[in-house]
Amino acid sequence: MALDDDILFDMHRRMLRIRLFEEAAGRLFEGARMPGFIHLYVGQEAVAAGVCAALRPEDQISSTHRGHGHLVAKGGDLNKMMAELMGKETGYCNGKGGSMHICDLDLNMLGANGIVGGGVPIAVGAGFANKYRDDGAVSVVFFGDGASNIGAFHEAANMAAALKLPVLFVCENNEYGEFTSRDRSMAIADVVERASGYGIPGTIVDGMDAAAVYETALEALEHCRSGAGPSFIEAKTYRFYNHHGVQTLGLPYRPDDEVASWQARDPIDGIEARMAEAGIMTADQAAAVRAEVQAAVDEAVEFGESSPMPNPARLLDDVYTEAAQ
Amino acid sequence: MTITEPAAGTRELKYTAAFNEALHQLMAEDGDIFVAGEDVGIGGVFGSFAGLTAAFGERRVVDTPIAEQAIVGLGIGAGVAGLRPVVDLMFFDFVMVAMDQIANQAAKLKYMFGGKARLPLTITTNGGAGLSAAAQHSQSLEAFLCHTPGLKVVMPSTPYDMKGLMISSIRDDNPTIVVKSKMLLGVSGPVPEDMYEIPLGTASILRPGEDLTVVSYGRMAQESLVAAEQLAADGIDCEVIDLRTVQPLDIDTVIESAKKTNRIAIVHEAVRFGGLGAEIAAQVQEHAFDYLDAPIGRVGAPFSPVPFSPSLEADYVPNAERIGRELRETIGRPLPGS
Repeated sequence: MALDDDILFDMHRRMLRIRLFEEAAGRLFEGARMPGFIHLYVGQEAVAAGVCAALRPEDQISSTHRGHGHLVAKGGDLNKMMAELMGKETGYCNGKGGSMHICDLDLNMLGANGIVGGGVPIAVGAGFANKYRDDGAVSVVFFGDGASNIGAFHEAANMAAALKLPVLFVCENNEYGEFTSRDRSMAIADVVERASGYGIPGTIVDGMDAAAVYETALEALEHCRSGAGPSFIEAKTYRFYNHHGVQTLGLPYRPDDEVASWQARDPIDGIEARMAEAGIMTADQAAAVRAEVQAAVDEAVEFGESSPMPNPARLLDDVYTEAAQ
Repeated sequence: MTITEPAAGTRELKYTAAFNEALHQLMAEDGDIFVAGEDVGIGGVFGSFAGLTAAFGERRVVDTPIAEQAIVGLGIGAGVAGLRPVVDLMFFDFVMVAMDQIANQAAKLKYMFGGKARLPLTITTNGGAGLSAAAQHSQSLEAFLCHTPGLKVVMPSTPYDMKGLMISSIRDDNPTIVVKSKMLLGVSGPVPEDMYEIPLGTASILRPGEDLTVVSYGRMAQESLVAAEQLAADGIDCEVIDLRTVQPLDIDTVIESAKKTNRIAIVHEAVRFGGLGAEIAAQVQEHAFDYLDAPIGRVGAPFSPVPFSPSLEADYVPNAERIGRELRETIGRPLPGS
């Protein structure tokens, strides 16, 4: 593979931003400094980073309950993200959405989603708008193996194929739907088989390898942009923490050695090793990037914690859009 | 608000044709409007979309698979991405198939996103009983929708209101459900040729009266009007209010009328239990308790699914005769001076 060095640097930085943001969020959550639920993306960074590095700014992405990584990878503002996770006025959604509804429409990030599979039909609608305007944009929808069991996914996949819409389906198969393993939830090993049932071309990629994800995404996006209809990527990946919260090992539903074997394939270690081997990044340079990202994350935590809670007078704002005067 | 005088260029149009004319005019005006749904390309099963494909082509009149979640999702995604979608769910009952997309996604999007999203989505559908369409093609489910903050729900009872409310609904930047009454599709009335808006959330007074306020919407507003004329023959003077939109609800017009007549009944085709009548009755007693001379009446369907057999269905759905009978019961005690 002849990837440009700057693509590797780009993806490395995107992955670190996700990792360090998530670990900071996890610590805050554990310390009861963050309300609600938190579904950490740690372990799956190569998927969001690899896909988003291949996008154009006008391409939309739609996300899931495990959605922080997707917004970070699309260029999300860490300050506004952290503030939103804390329920603060200065957050992306003024504290009204939280972790599962984080979005940035200016970045064409159409939102995380608290309903498993709920974002898939919406992403197909965005793809419809792209085709309607013939603007060459692609709507990318991230979802898990679990979402591929729900009806909304199937309706939307069929619709996208029938109407030949520019939609890239990215299934992050992390082997578990909440606390139930993939092999107890479906009778097939590869979710990509479902794509072929709808006439959508699909590819399996190593979701722990950002470069592989990037190259696969670039090709799939080209297919979508050509007017040939949707495309499908199944990224085999793994979440390092629990479904919800920060626990890792010793949980009854995932064997410790399974968790350890995936952690040994850490996607950030992987890209750093590759860049070191190629002689484009020394250990010192990697450490410098990490320190720089950590400073940005620390600043985001500080920004969030020092931000005010939402003004109670705004509780009922934005239920409806008022008519323009 | 009283009945608007017919404007120049007014002719008789059927309820369906008024819906159709609104779409033609809106689509000619705004290239971001498209229609998607099952069989819309051939005009829809009730002819509501007739002529649109010929006028605007398949790019803007989109036949979809039978997949209600994906149909509504198509509208949400396209709307957030900047278009002004109109999506059709053939029967009101089918909103239940798409309820996640309607209630968990469309309704909440703007609020969850801190106000940053704008969702100019219109969902059209056909509601109500009377065609022996049985329990899954005859329902009046507006209470489910009205209970969900973020949605608007429109239920016109005349061709004139249909056109004006459709234009307002489609131009509105919120997810709005327009429910046609199947039994009114072929009913004619005066409709101006020009485009006009009826603001969402404004009731109309179909018949002014002094003795009893009758609040209704959709087809039951027309049945209530017939019942009111029959009661007038017996000297009972009803004021009939057609809500026209049930979310937002023009409760001010209702309360003002209740304070004048001191008696009020709510009539709807939906099941009485947990229906809009309960909400309206609660708000009236909150705001006009001291004005009431009789308990608030509620006319609605009994607590069962809609039956198939024509004879059972006729017993199930309120009609003018039954409404009149129940309104007399609401009147209860003798009227002052009688």
